[in-house]
Amino acid sequence: MYKYNEFDTAFLNERNAQFRAQVERRIDGSLTEDEFKPLRLMNGLYLQLHAYMLRVAIPYGTLNSAQMRALAEISEKWDKGYGHFTTRQNIQYNWPKLRDVPDMLDALAKVGLHAIQTSGNTIRNVTADHFAGAAADEIADPRPVAELVRQWSTDHPDFQFLGRKFKIAVTGSSSDRAVIKAHDIGLRIAERDGKAGFEVIVGGGLGRTPMIGKTIRDFLPKPDLLPYLEAVLNVYNLLGRRDNKYKARIKITVHENGIDKIRSLVEEQFLLIRPTFSGVDQDMLRDIETAFAAPTWQQKPLTAYEDAYRVDPVFRSWADTNLSAHNADGYAIVTISLKAHGATPGDATADQMRLMADLAERYGHNELRISHEQNVILPHVHKSDLPLIHAELQRADLGTANIGLISDIIACPGMDYCALATARSIPVAQEIATRFDELKLEHDIGALKIKISGCINACGHHHIAHIGILGLDRAGVENYQITLGGDATMTAAIGQRAGPGFSADDIVPAIERLVYAYLDLRTDPSEEFLQTYGRLGLAPFKSALYPEVQAPKVRAPEVSANAA
Amino acid sequence: MPSPFTPKIVTASDLLDGDVIYQTEDDRWSRNLTDAEVITDEAHSQIRLLDAERQNIALVGAYLADVNIGANGPEPVHFREDFRRTGPSNYSHGKQEGASNV
Repeated sequence: MYKYNEFDTAFLNERNAQFRAQVERRIDGSLTEDEFKPLRLMNGLYLQLHAYMLRVAIPYGTLNSAQMRALAEISEKWDKGYGHFTTRQNIQYNWPKLRDVPDMLDALAKVGLHAIQTSGNTIRNVTADHFAGAAADEIADPRPVAELVRQWSTDHPDFQFLGRKFKIAVTGSSSDRAVIKAHDIGLRIAERDGKAGFEVIVGGGLGRTPMIGKTIRDFLPKPDLLPYLEAVLNVYNLLGRRDNKYKARIKITVHENGIDKIRSLVEEQFLLIRPTFSGVDQDMLRDIETAFAAPTWQQKPLTAYEDAYRVDPVFRSWADTNLSAHNADGYAIVTISLKAHGATPGDATADQMRLMADLAERYGHNELRISHEQNVILPHVHKSDLPLIHAELQRADLGTANIGLISDIIACPGMDYCALATARSIPVAQEIATRFDELKLEHDIGALKIKISGCINACGHHHIAHIGILGLDRAGVENYQITLGGDATMTAAIGQRAGPGFSADDIVPAIERLVYAYLDLRTDPSEEFLQTYGRLGLAPFKSALYPEVQAPKVRAPEVSANAA
Repeated sequence: MPSPFTPKIVTASDLLDGDVIYQTEDDRWSRNLTDAEVITDEAHSQIRLLDAERQNIALVGAYLADVNIGANGPEPVHFREDFRRTGPSNYSHGKQEGASNV
């Protein structure tokens, strides 16, 4: 994987020294909070409900063991001994002290990590398929491109004060695991006539106005990437609205102007910009690609794996849910669940982080990935090592066999931490996971994605969940709206709102009714929830959610998602 | 007729650690809601908020929050303030860790 060069290191050290001085000036009163706030946000430091929060970028979700160990050490030295992995492949520390943050940033810089552009109206951490470089269905590893975009966008002078934040995701596979259609720009690596390039998608996003991105270029030759991205950003920067922050994302620019007009303006810009790119970016990309060369695969017998799979039902259950197909013979991709039933989705203790780092070093070519689904991945594991890995994970409460199942829930921090939240989301996830574990139904239910957001900003991706839950504040009481039929993949779709919301006490029983309805309605166990929903539509699920409709009575009006 | 004034407290975040703090009657900042000055007059609430906002070095983001008067002093009206008073509800690791604070 890419290692920082001298320039990267010098840049980070200078940035950290600047921020250290800014913190001191805030503490001695030379800077007011109004002056300091934009400076701290540029360095990933938020002030949340109970404490500061430091959001650290994990570029394209890729870490090595030393970096994961550093994250663990930081959590113990300056936080409460855990970290929270987010839906943008970042890690958040929920309890740092202001005076300690410069030391935390210096510790991060030592292992090539930082918190730059994890906040503010800039191009944020570039995300990618968490199976990058390993997936059996991959055309090309998206990480070199993501790294090129990271280098181009970091501290880019034109894009430090955009109208609003700007998120880019890249996938190199035909299957979309990076949610590219819900990003400001989504890139899908493609091939045409033997040449590499990209499908470029713009104007996707969630939040209060969810939009599925539209294809602006169905094939962009690989060398044209940066000038084309710059053209898109320039058009957005000039045309995007700044009168209303809720209408300032590029999804609104595309929606209001139409994709054809945006395309034509971008192509116009692109023709102007293209000649200014001398090709040095492509030279850099070639160097970066070398840094991401695949490891040397080993040939080993699979006996240990096959024996464990045959005789150990716990291992078999885990292998069936938590392994994915690798592009090398004898290898598997391991997804380590950070969703133990009843635990906080995405949280890992320092000890768990260290164990995952050790396993990656011993068995996984020193690589780890963070998924936007808030799990950790060992991308390159020989199957013969899986029984040992599983045993160690189990001892650390990391062996939950639930990837892709009902308890593998995405949940934003919600009102347990976030200053923007209108309701809690984590406890709802905890209760759903605990309930379905008690019912021993989740393997029978099969693939089902529940995603929970604690406000309409939708960090929990509820719009694109099979079952989405949105927490709102309704007259001073937590209220949860359900959406159904969302899809985060290449067939991306925004879920439909099912009807009136539920109280905190009623939301889990409502989900239970919904799931039992699905079990009754599906043609057979191979028909997944989303397929059943696609076949039958909202009506039968709505009947299950609102059985009282059978006996007519006056119902409270629906709460608009924009009302909070 | 104007609606009755809901009692208020002044709350903010501590500059150095971000912890939830409450303004007391004798111009200190406490981490315990029960120590907060309960304000029952609108004009006084605005003056106390201005007093807080002047203390740039000590705190961040002062605002007025509604409270009810309970047996043990002020109690939050809104659930957001209840979580600020106690800490995250997913498991005990905020203010609730020190039981005397809640």
